[in-house]
Amino acid sequence: MKALCLYFQIHQPLRLKRYRFFDIGNDHYYYDDYTNESIMRKIADECYLPANKIVLELLKTNKGKFKISYSITGIALDQLEQYAPEVIDTFKDLAKTGDVEFLAETYSHSLASLINKDEFIQQVASHSDKIEALFGIRPSVFRNTEMIYSDEIGEMVSKMGYKAILTEGAKHILGWKSPNYLYCNAINPKLKVLMRNYKLSDDISFRFSSEGWKEWPLTTTKFVGWLNEMDDKEDLVNIFMDYETFGEHQKKESGIFEFLAHLPQEVILKSKYKFATPSELTSEFHPIAQAHVPNVISWADEERDLSAWLGNKLQDEAFRKLYALRDDVAVVNDDRINKDWKYLQASDHFYYMCTKFASDGDVHSYFNPYSSPYDAFINYMNVLSDFQIRLKIVKDGLAVDPEELQYQISQKDELIARYERELSELKN
Amino acid sequence: MKVLMFGWEFPPHISGGLGTACYGLTKGLAKIDDLDIVFVVPKAHGDEDQSTMSLVGANSVTIEQVQSHVEKFKSQHTYLEVESQLVPYNDPDEYYTFRSQDLYGKNKFIKVDKDGKLEFSGKYGADLMEEIYKYAFVASSISADHEHDVIHAHDWLCYPAGIAAKKVSGKPLVIHVHATDFDRSGGKVNPKVYEIEKMGMDAADKIIAVSNLTRNIVIEKYGQDPGKVVTVYNAVEPVSFEEKLKIKKGVKEKVVTFLGRITMQKGPEYFVEAAYRVLKKTDNVRFVMAGNGDMLEQMVDRAAQLGISDKFHFTGFLKGDDVFKMFLLSDVYVMPSVSEPFGISPLEAMQSNVPVIISKQSGVSEILTHAVKVDYWDIDAMADAIYGIIKYNALSEVFKEEGKEEVDNLKWAKAAVNVHDVYVSAIKLLEPLVKN
Repeated sequence: MKALCLYFQIHQPLRLKRYRFFDIGNDHYYYDDYTNESIMRKIADECYLPANKIVLELLKTNKGKFKISYSITGIALDQLEQYAPEVIDTFKDLAKTGDVEFLAETYSHSLASLINKDEFIQQVASHSDKIEALFGIRPSVFRNTEMIYSDEIGEMVSKMGYKAILTEGAKHILGWKSPNYLYCNAINPKLKVLMRNYKLSDDISFRFSSEGWKEWPLTTTKFVGWLNEMDDKEDLVNIFMDYETFGEHQKKESGIFEFLAHLPQEVILKSKYKFATPSELTSEFHPIAQAHVPNVISWADEERDLSAWLGNKLQDEAFRKLYALRDDVAVVNDDRINKDWKYLQASDHFYYMCTKFASDGDVHSYFNPYSSPYDAFINYMNVLSDFQIRLKIVKDGLAVDPEELQYQISQKDELIARYERELSELKN
Repeated sequence: MKVLMFGWEFPPHISGGLGTACYGLTKGLAKIDDLDIVFVVPKAHGDEDQSTMSLVGANSVTIEQVQSHVEKFKSQHTYLEVESQLVPYNDPDEYYTFRSQDLYGKNKFIKVDKDGKLEFSGKYGADLMEEIYKYAFVASSISADHEHDVIHAHDWLCYPAGIAAKKVSGKPLVIHVHATDFDRSGGKVNPKVYEIEKMGMDAADKIIAVSNLTRNIVIEKYGQDPGKVVTVYNAVEPVSFEEKLKIKKGVKEKVVTFLGRITMQKGPEYFVEAAYRVLKKTDNVRFVMAGNGDMLEQMVDRAAQLGISDKFHFTGFLKGDDVFKMFLLSDVYVMPSVSEPFGISPLEAMQSNVPVIISKQSGVSEILTHAVKVDYWDIDAMADAIYGIIKYNALSEVFKEEGKEEVDNLKWAKAAVNVHDVYVSAIKLLEPLVKN
């Protein structure tokens, strides 16, 4: 029997506030709380909560037959915990059904896999820790930020113990081959590679409500019809997209939620497909060939490469300057520094600095807080400069001589003793 | 003596040094006995300081038969359309908006509101030429309504207004050259702007230039009689220091500042290159480029390309107090202008105890002793001077003390006396004609 794999990505950028030169060294809080909260609240109400409600219902009524998978970035989880904790509860409810798989990714939705292996490994581990703590199961399948993949990244992920990775079924990689099979990594065949069927995925996530599209309106019957028309020899279909497709990229009025609610029954009753999680695909199918991806690919833009985040002078400069700090951050290992370090790595910051405006300009301006890539760069570099200063102060602080440290501790001890005395006096 | 003065902008609605100079000069003139000024600007916003003069907004004058009159005015002079990149003076905040807009359409309609008043935007933009001629037309009507002895027009934007007023009243015209298109365009002079400038100078009875540099341009490039052109240097308003001391400097490094429109005239690229050279020698320094303009993006790109973006910061356009804040945080102020008729901002920096490095191609370099002067293109000399001031305290202390004293002696009251002398001589020039 053929398999249909549904996977959804959940991420929301943590936007920086307007941070000016005057703030450097004076203000160490970088985030636009108001915007972040209001956008997170809006998306929780319009997308995550209604979609999760439908999915829970589907999992219950089609017990064991409907499967779904998610990955949620650490940055999104942090914001959900702060602004919409009930969303996390609904994901926990989904996890309890046992038919949901949560995948691993980088904590920060970062590009660390491209520049610093240690940082990458550490971030993936901290993300898996968080997922395990929240949903009870440690992820065994990995998806990199924005489906970024190459043979080397695959090998690295394989060594980290993951059995499969998701990526884009990019046309220039596959050529005449079909994404509708299981593949394996070219360096280490133990790692399975799942290729996104971008045509069918984008039919839902991009084209669902576009009335100029010749297939509009897209119904579940039509969609399942397309699935049935696929070559009999093909094993599987991977539908990967942003979870925000439901209610956000495609508005409620487009009927996207009805599509989601009716798709499983249609697939179960009228097709040759069964639902499967990435893990199940990995164990049930045999890879048909190695996927050769010498150059890095992603699922973004027409080019399916890295040019949305890196490549222009601004992006490269900011990226270089950021990761030049990595060793110091690791040495210092200070909680607050670590937290900002994670947030500053988010790929979104580099995405806002993109100067390609042609075909994908619309996608780039989506929820973009800046008026221009230059504006984004200036703001980010100001924040980074402050971060550098803080890092240096903490690092220099580590170098204090033991006598000085002893003196400071004794001072603090005295203070504590005094407070305790005052406290007991007040109590009496 | 009554002066009818035409300007284009006035504090707090300033987009450049022109407004600051007009304001300082009128305040200085107000201290002269028996001298009244009627200052005309397009679009009075209502919150200007009106204590020193009566301010007449050109758009609060009722106009009749607008279309025919303006056409007549235009037919006497050449009517001009300006492509947007030729707009001489951009409001930094408006820059991005009007750059993307289409140019003013082929069909010209002059908007008149319900009461028959002309509507002025009061900002520099694509329809600048239209504004200038509307303003000139209104000027003639103001000239008839307000009695005066002399007409004073600031910068080329107001020359047509001055000419129009003179036609009505027959009083002497003094034009004040704050800049020429040779400064603004870096040599690629817009012939249409040049024509207006020359027309204004030809019609003037006396010409005031803000520096000898500008005076020479007026004489050589515009063919004016040297006897007609007088240099009167600008000055600077004294500021109170109490409120300025509150700002906390967040960075430990020395701060080197460029502040101004980021356009070719101001030489921002030389500042970036000099910064790169200094940063190779020391990392105890940060550079700040404050301001906005059509070269901003190019500068951001260049700083990124040189890999100095963590030490080279951009602030965007600074308003009001932020300018003083910026000076207070600065250890060196650099003005690498390619061509600067005067340049008030170094004086403001010196008032705030900031040593300054200025280009030899600036009018202000003619009067300052306690400032480093370099050729704008000499990046090595600029880097050398920056390094010296941030590295050797003795040097910067001397510049601070001596510079402060020097700049405190530059007073608008003195400049005003010189301007008054020009008025007197202009009136004298026309007297025999009146008597006959």
